[in-house]
Amino acid sequence: MDFPLFHLDFIGNRMLIALTAIIHVIVNHPMAVGAVPLAALLEWIARRRNNPQLDKLAYNFTFVIFIITTSLGALTGVGIWFTTALVNPDAIGSLLRVFFWAWFSEWIVFVIEVCMIMVYFLTWKSMSLKHKSRHIAIGVFLSFFSWLTMAIITGILGFMMNTGNWVPYIREWSANSGLFTAFFNPLYLPQLVFRTPFALMTAGLFFMFLTFFFTKKEDDLRHKTVRYLSAWTLVWLPLTALAGYWYWKSIPSFMASNAPIAMTTQDYTSWYPTILVILQVLVIFVILISLLGIIRSRWLPRVVLLVPFIVSIALLGSYERVREFVRKPFVIKDYLYANGLRVDHYPLYKEGGILPYASFVSTSQVTESNQLQAGQDIFMLTCSRCHTVGGLNSVNKKFKKLFPNGVWKKEQLSSFITNMHNIRPFMPPFPGNDRELDALTAFIIENQDRNIRVEGAQTAGFTKNE
Amino acid sequence: MNQVPVPHDLELQLPLPEGLLKILLVLLFLIHILFVNFMVGGVTLSFIFEIIGLKNKKYDALAREISGTVTVNKSLAIVLGVAPLLAINLAYTTYFYSATSLTGIAWMMVIPAVTIAFLLTYIHKYTWDKLENNKFLHLTFAFMGLILFWTIPLIFLSNVNLMLFPSRWTEVHGFIPAVLLQNVIPRYLHFMLATIAVSSLFAVGWFGRKKFDVNKHLPGFSREEIKYNFYLIAFIATLMQFIAGPLLLFTLPVYGISITVYGFILLGVLAAVLFMFLVWYEIRDNKKTIGRFFWTVILLLTGTVISMAFGRHYYRERAIEPHRQLVETKTQELYWKSEAARTRLRMGISKEPAKSAGQAGFEKNCAVCHAKETVLVGPSLNEIFELYEDYPEGIVEWSKAPEVKRGGPVMPSFAHLGDEELLEIGKYMLKAAAE
Ligand code: HEC
Ligand code: HEC
Repeated sequence: MDFPLFHLDFIGNRMLIALTAIIHVIVNHPMAVGAVPLAALLEWIARRRNNPQLDKLAYNFTFVIFIITTSLGALTGVGIWFTTALVNPDAIGSLLRVFFWAWFSEWIVFVIEVCMIMVYFLTWKSMSLKHKSRHIAIGVFLSFFSWLTMAIITGILGFMMNTGNWVPYIREWSANSGLFTAFFNPLYLPQLVFRTPFALMTAGLFFMFLTFFFTKKEDDLRHKTVRYLSAWTLVWLPLTALAGYWYWKSIPSFMASNAPIAMTTQDYTSWYPTILVILQVLVIFVILISLLGIIRSRWLPRVVLLVPFIVSIALLGSYERVREFVRKPFVIKDYLYANGLRVDHYPLYKEGGILPYASFVSTSQVTESNQLQAGQDIFMLTCSRCHTVGGLNSVNKKFKKLFPNGVWKKEQLSSFITNMHNIRPFMPPFPGNDRELDALTAFIIENQDRNIRVEGAQTAGFTKNE
Repeated sequence: MNQVPVPHDLELQLPLPEGLLKILLVLLFLIHILFVNFMVGGVTLSFIFEIIGLKNKKYDALAREISGTVTVNKSLAIVLGVAPLLAINLAYTTYFYSATSLTGIAWMMVIPAVTIAFLLTYIHKYTWDKLENNKFLHLTFAFMGLILFWTIPLIFLSNVNLMLFPSRWTEVHGFIPAVLLQNVIPRYLHFMLATIAVSSLFAVGWFGRKKFDVNKHLPGFSREEIKYNFYLIAFIATLMQFIAGPLLLFTLPVYGISITVYGFILLGVLAAVLFMFLVWYEIRDNKKTIGRFFWTVILLLTGTVISMAFGRHYYRERAIEPHRQLVETKTQELYWKSEAARTRLRMGISKEPAKSAGQAGFEKNCAVCHAKETVLVGPSLNEIFELYEDYPEGIVEWSKAPEVKRGGPVMPSFAHLGDEELLEIGKYMLKAAAE
């Protein structure tokens, strides 16, 4: 990685990306993909039944979706670019070169989606009188585009996580055929089929939650709406459950061909069954809430509606762990490691060290006098994309777990680091030469009992001493 | 001693021809900036008119109409920003990423700042009636949004400025020093004035269009009056550009300047002068016919903006060209050195002695935790030798299903390696310990 090294030693770089992505998914799924079709449906029902109150309520729902998706939703989407590029420019720069056209099409769909949500919401009132059915049609169109964005994103995430299976002939245009198979990996369909009813179902819950804010207690509208929404939620529940089960069933064979399972068996065997448990909990909760909503909507307290939400997030989150498991040490298979270093350059680094080829760190060679500084530089170059020194997911804590007792010995750490890619295959091999390994271990040992934070280039800048 | 860092570049081909990419970048960027102008200018004008509206009600309605346009323009500004962002990532990878890294905190803050600014504009817009009697609070929302909208461009400008000057990278520790580089403030001034001018012209077109019912939405105004006012604002803002522009030009470090750059900028100035004449003519002519040259005015301004943008582009190209060549050389150098190292490895010049299957398996799977003498994560080979001397099968059994014996860290199962390999490994371990 030959860029100034942005680094957050407190929450860690990976956490920064994860936070942005999680907020984006939480906002995007129920609100954009699920809620728009539901709003359009309510609008349609209101028109059929000639019920302006219901129309007003649907308008209010859309108002909330509009506000949130055009601010938090859109910005966290852009934020994913910002954070991933800050943390690993090599990765994003390279992926962008290989998958430019996939992202370009994604962008077009995204632009259309945002334009349509504005049109849908902002013309609601003005089109109400004469052009109601046209307005509803816009809602249907928008639903399609939101879904399309999700379908494309799911694929893009698919090939990003499945870099182990496609072989990009980087220098040739045929890279795109690799893209194709990676896009439609064996988990793609189950995933998409699961996410669709899942988004629709959670949208029902979300609107139910909103109903309690936009209607009055004794209002007949409240009870009617809650009943509609409960029915809607119940309709999508079996599909969600079935698709969720299918997704769950497809994981093992996908894993077998992709993940270095052997090494993560313990994690895997405890993780895999929990998904099913979460799925069951979700189903039971949703059934109970919806039935209550249909039979006795009066008894439904609004806080309870948040429970399935939290469970949903847990469920999506656990499915996302598939990616953790199949994460190879690569960004691009056999080409670029996740630390931003090229596989091809490893022999060179092994011989002469990595410092001479790094332009944005202070040392360019390990000497007697600069051991610790060089050690820190090497840490920044080889570990800091995934670990901190003293914050979240720190090497310090990791090593404390491995070697809980006594002052660490050089040999303990260095034999771990030399071999770590073998037992923990999501870590790339250590790239440097022996003197650099010494410096790195010296740096880690020096800070065994200290609580230090290493600053990144965004605050410390950098100096280059020759 | 500090020196200019010369990094090596990514080695992948660009996904489209470089020239095309750069033209695309300049054009997509202009469209993005157009909407950014509408957004930032709209928020600014709306705020000012709302204050005037405290005394004169009809301006309050005008402020409200302007804030209505911001809702759409701001979302377009964001989504249309993604494409130039990706394009600049591709076209100037080394430069852009380095600049964003060095101003990382501010750069990252763009995301929450814009989110909050957007939410504030929504609050401002949708509480207009509710807060009718509490204008102070209402204006406070607008003002907080305004501060954010005025700060965020500074972050972008400091970045695209910093990326041009690798020689200054070693001096920059964060956002503030990046802003203080000589050229940023003049550029910011230039940008903000353009924002006012462009959004005013947008207002001339938007409120001047035939379909817009002035009497209904802006009671007390006549269409001509609206056009006159916004033309005047655009005129004054652009007049000030004749100070801000040269200030910007003369604070630019000279090494990016070339005949082409001057050529484009002069062309832009020429169009701007014509633009000024025409707007002046329209204002002076303050009659029923005001606005009849609107599209010519827009055409001239477009000419200015496009010329300036290409002037900028050629400045950028020229400014980084020498450094880019160094980077190119460095990248080539790394490629050959790396090729040579790979060849040496293949030819076995840096060769290691051949290993037995047992040794290879041990080094791959067990050496992380077991060493001959030292206790690593697991016991030393010497200790294991004591336990399993002449009994490698025992090691196999253990490794397939390790137990918790010593109460420290747990050993993972290696059943997947199979008995055969484990036996080789076990034999090697015992042999190594005995040596
Ligand atoms: C591509 C990302 C990545 C890089 C680069 C990386 N690691 Fe890791 N490392 C991980 C992950 C992921 C884990 C497992 C984290 C967890 O347990 O949640 C891990 C775990 C560890 C552990 C604990 C291992 C165990 O068995 O519990 C240590 C020690 C460690 N890393 C040290 C290092 C050192 C030293 C470097 C730099 C030479 C490094 N890592 C580079 C991703 C990385
Ligand atoms: C992640 C670290 C780790 C790895 C990798 C590892 N071991 Fe172990 N090993 C341990 C630990 C920890 C113990 C001690 C366990 C205990 O006593 O609770 C141990 C104990 C042992 C013992 C002693 C058993 C006894 O009866 O006391 C043997 C033999 C052994 N390992 C063999 C192997 C072999 C063979 C491999 C490679 C295929 C291997 N280990 C890989 C951590 C590891």
